[in-house]
Amino acid sequence: MALPAVAFFGIFALIPLIGVVVISFMEWNVLGSPKWVGLTNWEAVLFDRPFTWTALGLTVTFVIGSYLFQAPVALLLGVFMAGQQRYRALLAVLYFLPLLFSSVAVGLTFQSLFSPNYGLSAALPFEWLPNDWLANSDLVMWVMIFVVGWCFVPFHGLLYQAGVRQIPQSMYEAATIDGAGRLRQFFSITLPQLRYTIITSSTLMLVGSLTYFDLIYVLTGGQPADAVRILPLDMYVTGFASYNLGYASVIAVILVAIGLTLSLLLNVLSGSSKMDSDKAGA
Amino acid sequence: MMTHTTSSEPVTPDAKSDRAITPETAGADRGNIKQNKVRRTGAPGEKLNILGGLGGWLWLAVIILPIYYIVITSFRTSEDLRANNQLLPSTNPTIAPFIKVLQNDFLHYFTNSVIVTLATVAVVLSASVMAAYYITRSTTLGGKRLFQIILLGIAIPVQATIIPVYYLIQQLGLYDTLWALILPQIAFAIPLSVLIIVNFVRDIPAELFESMKVDGAGEWRILTSLVLPMAKPALMTVGIYQALQVWNSFLFPLVLTQSSEVRVLPLSLWEYSGQFGIDVPATLAAVVLSALPLLVAYIFARRHIVAGLTAGFGK
Repeated sequence: MALPAVAFFGIFALIPLIGVVVISFMEWNVLGSPKWVGLTNWEAVLFDRPFTWTALGLTVTFVIGSYLFQAPVALLLGVFMAGQQRYRALLAVLYFLPLLFSSVAVGLTFQSLFSPNYGLSAALPFEWLPNDWLANSDLVMWVMIFVVGWCFVPFHGLLYQAGVRQIPQSMYEAATIDGAGRLRQFFSITLPQLRYTIITSSTLMLVGSLTYFDLIYVLTGGQPADAVRILPLDMYVTGFASYNLGYASVIAVILVAIGLTLSLLLNVLSGSSKMDSDKAGA
Repeated sequence: MMTHTTSSEPVTPDAKSDRAITPETAGADRGNIKQNKVRRTGAPGEKLNILGGLGGWLWLAVIILPIYYIVITSFRTSEDLRANNQLLPSTNPTIAPFIKVLQNDFLHYFTNSVIVTLATVAVVLSASVMAAYYITRSTTLGGKRLFQIILLGIAIPVQATIIPVYYLIQQLGLYDTLWALILPQIAFAIPLSVLIIVNFVRDIPAELFESMKVDGAGEWRILTSLVLPMAKPALMTVGIYQALQVWNSFLFPLVLTQSSEVRVLPLSLWEYSGQFGIDVPATLAAVVLSALPLLVAYIFARRHIVAGLTAGFGK
């Protein structure tokens, strides 16, 4: 019964996961067959290639920046959408729209909007607007964080909306009777009750942006400037543009390692807080 | 990361009635939940409410502006785009950009996308429901172990395994075929799908299985006449979620295909933008056309799509 699932999953997901570690010890330039070279790739990528560390730094900036942008907006949006007013339900329908577009579609849209020749900078009379947003190495990272957030905030907003709707109404009623204001209720009821949603959403956000590739590739026209060449992109370019699949595999393994560590860490975090919350909920 | 939700289940009776039994139904039931709730308004909150409202409308502007922009731009010529204000609709609208896209094999790429999406989702659903049945009914350690390994799969990032997948596809002689897109995407869709369906199949009362067994029904009969009908809502949400993922996926086609014969929509957009160059309206018309099927689906099946999207995590 479980055989088809196991077969597909084993061959095309589990074996590749092991395979990427194996290839990281091999020299392979696509055309020939891979050759075992031991630790050579690892030494080269970690010690003889300063850009690896630059890319890691950029990745950290991107992940943290994305989190600081997406998490608060998604949380507030979720709380907002969970409200009962009619117009909020209507807005929620529209907030969902970015999720219907593929990353390429979004990339091309913003590429056009941020163009220095037409788009926003030509349409609006702000002096600071005409700028080559996607080519300026001081700005491009922040533009990326914004555009990626545009894509993913709606999804996380939905998670928070569902989370808020599960908070017992009686808690708010009791708080209102006790004279707690809206702000107070948000911090002493909504936020603690959303603990699990926050952890799930944070895990998805952090690991998601750690491995994020599509939009940045498209927005930079497939030739990412060094200013946004985060690790997943660095892996792709090294592997499929420079045809150094051994190096690229090393970068991929590093990504998997960081990703798994991050997930585990957040999982432990949620595990330890589980008991407190059971008490609080009882 | 999903298991902890069950532990928080016994909160208050109030919460329980509001809470859907399974993650899958959470979204679909939202309508009912809404009616049960009292409006949450109070005098002390008026001020924050205004702020919240402002924020809500502001975010709407952020969301809508780019979409509005691509729609109005796709109805003008590229001369018009450069000559007039880009944020106002053209005074001289034209459908020429759409015609240009349609004349450049759009329907061919569209068909490819439909084939890949349908094939992937069909196999994912059958394989996952079978696996879920096995996992829920299995009393051996093997079933549990299997579930744990599959759950681990949720954490495998596609990006990180693309190089071995590329190698594998090449070795199998499938490079630059639609199979190269279907097979790996099935594999990566299975973990989450199994998780969601297992959560659902678990809620089928054990007596139903027992009584069917007593009546002499084989495994296959039980699967088709008990599990399948009962798990239908879960299959629906899983199907929608995975269809969205496959329809919009970019990395697999980018790495595993090359020729225009097997090009799917997201990759076609990428190619169009290179091919059309400065004819930005034509590129954006392709963007609009590519999103149109999902937009139509969203209009008719919004509840299901929203539920499907958050099914695995929305708790």
